Parts: sequence; C-alpha cells; structure tokens
Amino acid sequence: MREKQIDKLKDYKYGFTTDIENIRAPKGLNKEVIEFISKAKKEPKWMLEWRMKAFERLKNLKEPNWQKPKYPKIDYQDIYYYSAPKSASEKPKNIDELDPKLLETYKKLGIPLQEQQRLNGIAVDAVFDSVSVATTFKDKLNEVGVIFCSISEAIQKHPELVKKYLGSVIPLTDHYFATLNSAVFTDGSFVYIPPGVKCPMELSTYFRINASQTGQFERTLIIADKESYVSYLEGCTAPMRDENQLHAANVELVALDNAEIKYSTVQNWYPGDENGKGGIYNFVTKRGLCKGTNSKISWTQVETGSAITWKYPSCILQGDNSIGEFYSIAITNNHQKADTGTKMIHLGKNTKSKIISKGISAGFSDMTYRGLVDISSKAKNSRNYTQCDSLLMGNKCGAHTVPYIKNKNPESNIAHEATTSKISEEQLHYCQQRGLNPEEAVGLIVNGFCKEVLQQLPMEFAVEAQKLVGISLEGSVG
Amino acid sequence: MLKIKNLKADIENKSILNNFNLEIKPGEVHAIMGPNGSGKSTLSNILSGKKGYDISGEILFENKNIFELETEERAHKGIFLAFQYPLEIPGVNTNIFLKTSLNAIRKARGEKELDAIEFLKLVKLKAKELKFDEEKLNRQLNVGFSGGEKKKNEILQMSILNPKLSILDETDSGLDIDALKTVADGVNSLRKKDNSFLIITHYQRLLDYIKPDYVHVLINGKIIKSGGPELALELEKKGYENFN
Repeated sequence: MREKQIDKLKDYKYGFTTDIENIRAPKGLNKEVIEFISKAKKEPKWMLEWRMKAFERLKNLKEPNWQKPKYPKIDYQDIYYYSAPKSASEKPKNIDELDPKLLETYKKLGIPLQEQQRLNGIAVDAVFDSVSVATTFKDKLNEVGVIFCSISEAIQKHPELVKKYLGSVIPLTDHYFATLNSAVFTDGSFVYIPPGVKCPMELSTYFRINASQTGQFERTLIIADKESYVSYLEGCTAPMRDENQLHAANVELVALDNAEIKYSTVQNWYPGDENGKGGIYNFVTKRGLCKGTNSKISWTQVETGSAITWKYPSCILQGDNSIGEFYSIAITNNHQKADTGTKMIHLGKNTKSKIISKGISAGFSDMTYRGLVDISSKAKNSRNYTQCDSLLMGNKCGAHTVPYIKNKNPESNIAHEATTSKISEEQLHYCQQRGLNPEEAVGLIVNGFCKEVLQQLPMEFAVEAQKLVGISLEGSVG
Repeated sequence: MLKIKNLKADIENKSILNNFNLEIKPGEVHAIMGPNGSGKSTLSNILSGKKGYDISGEILFENKNIFELETEERAHKGIFLAFQYPLEIPGVNTNIFLKTSLNAIRKARGEKELDAIEFLKLVKLKAKELKFDEEKLNRQLNVGFSGGEKKKNEILQMSILNPKLSILDETDSGLDIDALKTVADGVNSLRKKDNSFLIITHYQRLLDYIKPDYVHVLINGKIIKSGGPELALELEKKGYENFN
C-alpha cells in the first residue's frame, strides 16, 4: 500500500515546471524591491506610496501564531518577491503573441487560452508567478460594461475604482500577512460589474506558481455595483518541489445594494510529498463586504492542496438584509495541515449567514475548522446556521472544530451543529460487493459527504471538483 | 457454479467454519439453515471476499479458485450478496449508487456502460416489478429506510445487476408478510437455468415462497445434514437443538 501511495503522489499531474527565462527582483524584502515591483508594473506614484505605507507598518507587526499548524520560521529575506517570464514583461497585445511555452503550460493545466480552444462561457485571467499573462473574452465582457483584467492593468486604467475600493475591506494594517501582501502584491484579478448587469459568463483566474524560491502575492478585487451579479472562480496549482513556497493572497469583495457575488475556489497547490517535504504555504486573507442592503456574498471553497492551508473567507454583513454564505470542503492527506473556516460579522439588521463546512482528514494529516459568528448589538433579527462535519480516514489523522460565537443581540439567533464520523470497513465492503474498487468506493462515500458543498459550485467545475476530491484521497484506503 | 471444498475459517483463533463442503449447480436454489452463531454470516462474508478471516480450503466459482480475488472482482464475476444489514451511505443518491455499481460491473466485463436514460428505464421497470417506491430511489442510500425497505432495496439491486450467484443473508429477517412476498417474487423472477441462489436463513417461512432444491443444516460451522425442501419443515418442527 505504501508504495502505491507514493506512486499516486507522483501523479500530482500539475507538478511539472515550465522552463522559461525570468525577470526577477533581487531576493529579499526591502524598499528597493518594492520600488522594483512598482516600477515593473508601471504603477502611478500613489500606488507606490500605498505600498510603502504598508511596508512601514509591517515593521511593527509580528506573524500571528495562534493557528494550529506550526511551521518552521520563514526567512522573508530569502524569498524572491517578483518573478515574471521575460516575454511577458512587455505584455503582448493579444494572446496569439504570447510565448508558446506559456500557452503550452496552460493547455497542460487544462486551461487553453487560444481563441479557438477556449472554455465555453468562461473568461480566464491567467496569472503566472507575479504577472497576469493573458485575459480572455475581455472585449466581449466590455460590451456589457464588465471590467475583467489584471489588477496591474486596473491600477493604470481604472485608478478611481482601485483607489476607492482597494484596502476598503482588508485594511492596509489588518494583520501581518495582509500587510505584507499590501506592500509586495504582484498580480491578481480585477472585476467591476456595473449597476444592473448580470455578468454574462463565469469569470475565473488561474494562478500558477512556476519559479522556485518565489512567493506569490496575489491581489484580487471584485466590485459588484448595485443590482448586479457575478460568479467568479479561482484555481491554483504549482510544481512539485522540496522547498516550501509561500502564497499569501488578499482577496477583497464588495457587494453594493441588491448585488450578489458568488466566489468559488478550487485550490490544488502542490501539497508536499508523502513525508511532508515541500508544498505550498497557503496563507490567505479573503474577505467580502456586503455593503449594500439586500446584498449577498457566497464563498465556496474546495481545498485539497497545499502543505498548510490557513484561511478564513469571511463576510461583513453591513447592509440590512444582507446574506453571507460559506461552503467549504477541506481535504488533508499524508502530512498536510489545514486551519480553515470563516468569519460572519453581522452588523446590519435582518442579516443572515450560513456556514456548511466539510472536513476530511486522512493519513497523518490534521484539520481544524475555526469559525467566528459575531452578531453585533445593532444586528436585530439576524440569524446564523452553522454545520460542521468531519470525516476521518484511518486512525493517525486529526479533526478539530473550534467555533467562536458572539451574540450581542437578544433578538438574534445562532445555531451550530457538528458531527464527526469515519468511513467504516462495512461501508467499503458494501460498495466493493457492488463492484466498486476501494478508491471508487471512497470517492463515492466522500462525494456523498461533500454533496451539499459540491452542488454550490458552478456546473462546469463541479465535475472536476468531484474528481479532485477522489484523487486527493487516493492511497488513503487500506 | 460454486464448489466449496474443505473450507475452514477462523477469526482471532476461534474456529467458525470447519470442513465445510457445498456444491451449487447452475439454476439451483440452496437454502442453508442454522441457529445463531452457527457460521451463516461468516459463510456469506467469506464468499463475498470480506477480509479479516484466516481461511483455508477451496472456493471454486465457475471452476476457478476465487480465494485471491478482491471483493469487487468477485462482484464483477457475478457474485452478489444481499446483506443482512444493508449499509447507509449519507449524501449518495440511491439511483446514482445503483448506476455506479451497474456500470462498474459492466465496465469490468467489457460491456457498454449504460447512460442515464438507459439506466433510468431499467431501474423504473425493475422497481415496478418489485413494487419498490420509485420516490425512494431519489433518496440517500438506505438513509431513513425502514428495515423492510432496506431489504427490498437489496433485492432491487440484485435484479438490476442480474448476478449468476445470489447469496441472501437472512434477507427474510425483520420482514412483514407482504415484504417477504415481494422479496420472494424478486428471487423467483430471477430464477433461470443459469442463475443460482444460496439462501441463508433462520426460518422456514421464506422457503414457503421460494422453493429450494436443497436444504442444508449448518451447526457449529459444519453442514450436518442435507436434503430436499422437506428438511426445512422437519427442522421447523423439531428445532435446532433436537436436530441430529
């Protein structure tokens, strides 16, 4: 079984490296590097000043350490903060001019960028290390007024929107990793949906880490103006390496009156090998602000990758009658660790939140659900429902549930349910007796366990996610 | 079809089956009757390929030893076990489970897998034959099913998979008379010259509806007597304790 397990891990099919010439900032974190990044992105002065403010603030901040998964001290001076394919430094005007090696990379990842091969009805922004190399269907989206481009492009072309909203949900000074990101962020996506527009296609960003010893500092900002709707999905992969690489992202969502944002993540960063060597540290700050009345933000995440996943996609329910949702599947296998959940901050009246979390741990892995539900004294008649289910495979893994509940409003109500279960030998035997091999059986049982979350995903991705859930647990049976 | 020779099975050094012999020919229905703890369920577990037993002897299915075969490989060959306690699988729709199962078996046999439409047509037909409430097929597998519904669901699966050898492990226990008839109808409709059955039961009453060709009495892990259907009646009259 053990050998089989190793074989399976070698099957992390996104583990390849693209051999491409890079332009890098010198190693280390300092003013010069931040200036380098800002210059490479041809940023206006205000952006550089913003970064510098964050950098100054960072000097007085310490890394948080309350999380359950511990990790060796990160040497922030030993990381490259900017790495971009040389060919992309002057961004080509259209995708046909893109370096064939990059096109090939995305094709291998199942995200063809060329016009004739594109995924139907899905616009893609492709981020490679520190730069966005291509964004598809931009013109078509432009026709309805939807702006979908890299954050770097938005800083140049839509400074008024960026100035207004960047840092409005995750303040510059929020916490160590968020502040670090504000100082050195490189690329990510920008979305603006104008009033009354239902975005005609799924928007998605595909994040790829390629260069070694490089951190990826993604910055994404999505604004849904009044009465608008958007569904956005991000995917992530990285090569197999012995070293740990840091992905510290900031994602901010803003929903105005009657607007809805549906944000889905399928996170499949390299998880490290079967002994826990290598893999991505996925330390991410994701926060959505339901700013307007009747606004809605829904997070769905399928977290199968990374050596350590540490994130809490959250909703601040500021507008009256606003709704926040969090649907999560987190899977850890081998020596992976995850500490993930959400925060639902109820500020407005009649606000509602729903949390459905499914954690699956196998091998020697460890999983923590950590979630905060905070109903303020003004949030009259608000409701939260939380359901946390854990599934254990084998007896060497762990699952923990840490709910924080604060209700300062007597007219509001919070309900929390939690279960822990195991896949029984009998269930496996039953499925095998019906002709399924053990891995198919586990896939079926686990998909059943995750069903409520999987059905939240956009249809195009649900099938992929279902397969991914099965693959992530391969080798964990027996 | 099935030939068991000198089967010996231990679990944690405790002998469960000993010198067990049985032969089932194509088209035959055999009943094994025995008291609690006589080794009935062990027999069905071992035939299905469940691990955790120390076994020796021979189990030939269609003249090939299946000792080394995994549970699912035995299922692919056409061995079906109707479980005494069918398992619940939360979140998995019954129809999807059935379709996955049927297609896994078809695929292993190199047959064309059924698409959703073909499958639904088949399942509707079978559900109707067995008076199985179709609405339940859209529910989670066995979750919230009554004991009788779970057993009927096993028979429905059996009739869809159309196995060569069906083993019914105390399928009659806990069934009311109507459900018992449904189960029996299901078995009888599958009775063909190539399909065989091994019916494991405590009681004679199921055998009123499914006429076995042979009845075997299993006590302390050994068949102590074999005969025709009349043996079941004799057993019912005398009880296991006075039976020799």
